Amino acid sequence: MTTSTATGRAPLLAVRDLRVTSAAGAVVAGLDLTVAPGETVAIVGESGSGKSMTVKALTGLLPEGVRATGRMNLPARDPGRADPERGPAGLEIDLAAPGGAWREVRGSRIALLLQDPFTSLSPVHRCGEQIGWAISGAGRGERVARLLAEVGLPAEVAGKYPFQLSGGMRQRVAIAAGLAADPDLLIADEPTTALDVTTQHEVLELIARLQRERDMGLILITHDLRLARSRADRVMVMYAGRLVEEGPTARVLDAPAHPYTARLAACDPPLTHRLAVLPTIPGSVPRPWSVGAECAFAERCAFVTDACRTAEPLLAEVADDHRAACLRAGTAVPPVPTASVSPTPSPGETRDGDAATASPLLLSVEGAAKRFPGSAVPALDGVDLEIAAGEAVAVVGESGSGKTTLARCVVGLEQADAGRITFHGSATGARRVQIVFQDPYSALNPGLTIGTSLAEALRAAGRPKSEVGELLELVGLPAAYARRRPRALSGGERQRVAIARALAPRADLLVCDESVSALDVSVQAQVLNLLADLRRRLGLTLLFITHDLAVARQIADRVYVMHHGRVVESGPVDSVLGAPAHEYTQRLLASIPAADQAD
Amino acid sequence: MKRLVTGPVPAFVLRRAGATVLLLLALSLLVFALLYLAPGDVARNLLGTRNVTPEALAEIRARHHLDEPFLQQYWRWLTHAVTGDFGTSIRTGRPIGPLMLEKTGITAATAGLAFLLSVLAGIPAGVLTAVRRGRWLDRVLVTASVIGVSAPGFAVGLLLLYVFALGLGWFPIYGTGEGFFDALWHLALPAVALALGLGAFVVKLTRAAVIRELDQDYVTFARGRGLPEAATLRIVLRNAAIPIVTSLGLMVAYLFGGTVLIEVTFALPGLGSLMEESVLFKDIPVVQALTLAVALVVSVAAFLVDLSYLIIDPRVRARTVRR
Repeated sequence: MTTSTATGRAPLLAVRDLRVTSAAGAVVAGLDLTVAPGETVAIVGESGSGKSMTVKALTGLLPEGVRATGRMNLPARDPGRADPERGPAGLEIDLAAPGGAWREVRGSRIALLLQDPFTSLSPVHRCGEQIGWAISGAGRGERVARLLAEVGLPAEVAGKYPFQLSGGMRQRVAIAAGLAADPDLLIADEPTTALDVTTQHEVLELIARLQRERDMGLILITHDLRLARSRADRVMVMYAGRLVEEGPTARVLDAPAHPYTARLAACDPPLTHRLAVLPTIPGSVPRPWSVGAECAFAERCAFVTDACRTAEPLLAEVADDHRAACLRAGTAVPPVPTASVSPTPSPGETRDGDAATASPLLLSVEGAAKRFPGSAVPALDGVDLEIAAGEAVAVVGESGSGKTTLARCVVGLEQADAGRITFHGSATGARRVQIVFQDPYSALNPGLTIGTSLAEALRAAGRPKSEVGELLELVGLPAAYARRRPRALSGGERQRVAIARALAPRADLLVCDESVSALDVSVQAQVLNLLADLRRRLGLTLLFITHDLAVARQIADRVYVMHHGRVVESGPVDSVLGAPAHEYTQRLLASIPAADQAD
Repeated sequence: MKRLVTGPVPAFVLRRAGATVLLLLALSLLVFALLYLAPGDVARNLLGTRNVTPEALAEIRARHHLDEPFLQQYWRWLTHAVTGDFGTSIRTGRPIGPLMLEKTGITAATAGLAFLLSVLAGIPAGVLTAVRRGRWLDRVLVTASVIGVSAPGFAVGLLLLYVFALGLGWFPIYGTGEGFFDALWHLALPAVALALGLGAFVVKLTRAAVIRELDQDYVTFARGRGLPEAATLRIVLRNAAIPIVTSLGLMVAYLFGGTVLIEVTFALPGLGSLMEESVLFKDIPVVQALTLAVALVVSVAAFLVDLSYLIIDPRVRARTVRR
């Protein structure tokens, strides 16, 4: 147990032995946490790591049926604070306490900011009202205006409804609402994941400025290691409900002591060059309560020994202030992240730029235009695009850029108002184009088994349903999965099934609409590798829609950058992302956290 | 709110009103066609259960202009209907307009009372069950509402009559009463019988709407920044109001179905009883008039629900303004 913080100041929050238990078992298996004023602590982990449950437990907001234990100490504020009349008394909170005990904590001590600004504000109340709810007494209007100014919004936003604002503005309103009661500690749960890259950058800058100005502590929950690297003083890495590594950001991320941290960092696709095969972590994250007396990562670890399977390793100091829960910390790790990686860009035969232009054109889009009824700006405003057979083309852009509309027009789910979309291949019907959507959870019918879903797709293509097993093996799943229902599959497995379904008609062109953006990095890498592999084996042509430039870098030969319904830049992926010519592409690249450190 | 006075909102109201009128026209055509859709000869149908003689048939044909083309008959009927003249009842021989008018009071009072009771009891109970989801109070109220929804109104009515009127003698067995309080006393049991099923429905839909809102992120966020429970609940209710108001509009139709049986059970001389008697007697002009009246009330309720969106949902208001 420790109370040391990166800034060397007394902590404003100290949590001891936080445990969260649901009906199924332990969700968070005990961790200590301290935050000092002005300090940023990032809690990093994939879905199911327990990071969100941890912070919900810190605010007493766990869902029904989930309980926390542990003690939280909120020491007396330092007397030098701007607001001396507020009670300086320290608080000792039992994390198992019922609702009433949290009144002293929430708002004035700790405020929780959520991921999605589209759902975290009430849709039927004006923004000013919502910010003002946490402010009591006179001068509320003035305070609201001051808070809006603090988050960089004009005063008239107070009179607007959330649906009248952009995502970034909504998140600013949410931040203003969270700060209304002047918290000492802000917990931000994936605060920018739902936002576009350029907006993400602005919101993160805003949070950093507010933190400085208010000398606030910040707990940043994120799955994004780049973001943690660029914003946090200290990083805590969680895996399957356990804290596996913690320490100063640079030490944890540059010299990870736990194999999981090392592998996770390696899974993040680089922006600057393409890897022949993306590093992945085999298997998937176990459920926290299903892990017995062993290291939770043992199943997937390349360095596992018998000792790892006999007891759960405890957090132990590996260097000054740097702790890891690994028996072989330090000795096992260093070779891992680079071992399986070939850092040189080594595109396959068909990935070669010249070869791609030489092969025949498969799809051409000329002057596609589309305006949705009731919308002031066009979704597509004269888009030209060409894809040669066997090529992988990425369309990148932010929300509202028209990239998804373009994909839907290509597949025929939308009709373009003007322009021509011509398919040059010989295939007809479903065999021309298939699509894989973003969300693997809603893309599969939950009532049908995987086998039935795939058999349906095969029948539509005139293939016998006996080929279901073959189809599953094609996407790297055991044929026995045919009997399962989507509920029993992880997100990555479901996305593999969605890909298998799209492959059933042996389509010439596969359109992937943000197909990996809902997945954890380690799983995302697996799916990207699968797509690259399928291209090689089946000669598949890919149209990949994504907001993630690093993903585009890994998957595509050529890239189109879209902005406000237009293609602003296009060309081979190396030159567009390596030496962007258009101001907007430059801005996109500059907004990526720690882009300068990605080497 | 300023925008409600000028511009696109009145245009929206007019458009919705126009659509309602068109719907009513279509319904009136259907209602009028009832006469022809019913099996058998129109003139015989119009005679109802009276003796069929050649004179009577001829007289009916002449009175109802049955030799004219269908649309012309419809037009004649419609133009009279809008002035409140629905012809004469076959059974009583009296003009239908005044006949309906004098029975409207009882039905409106019973239905209105039942509506009020079910909303005033159902919505708070629904909110309570949602907030205490999974606790014993929730289980009790949900079980009770399942029984309430599934028990037929007339059976509940008979039970109430047996216990509170016949057994305990607290309420009268039949009749309408004189003066306001006496009338209220007489209508209490029928209204309660009608309100039980309706109220149970309101409990269920309020519970569902509030639970859905309680699970939203904005509730977590409101709590996470320190808003007291009461304030959070106010925000939730404001959001849950949208689906609840919609369903209240739909309930009006249910109310009319239920009131027929309740009025018969309690021997109340309202529109419901009139409907029952007219159907049994094949008094088709009265049935037509009553059906049209119900259609009018249901369409107006739907129209009012549409308008209420403008007030309770700013997103709908904005969409209306943009159009």
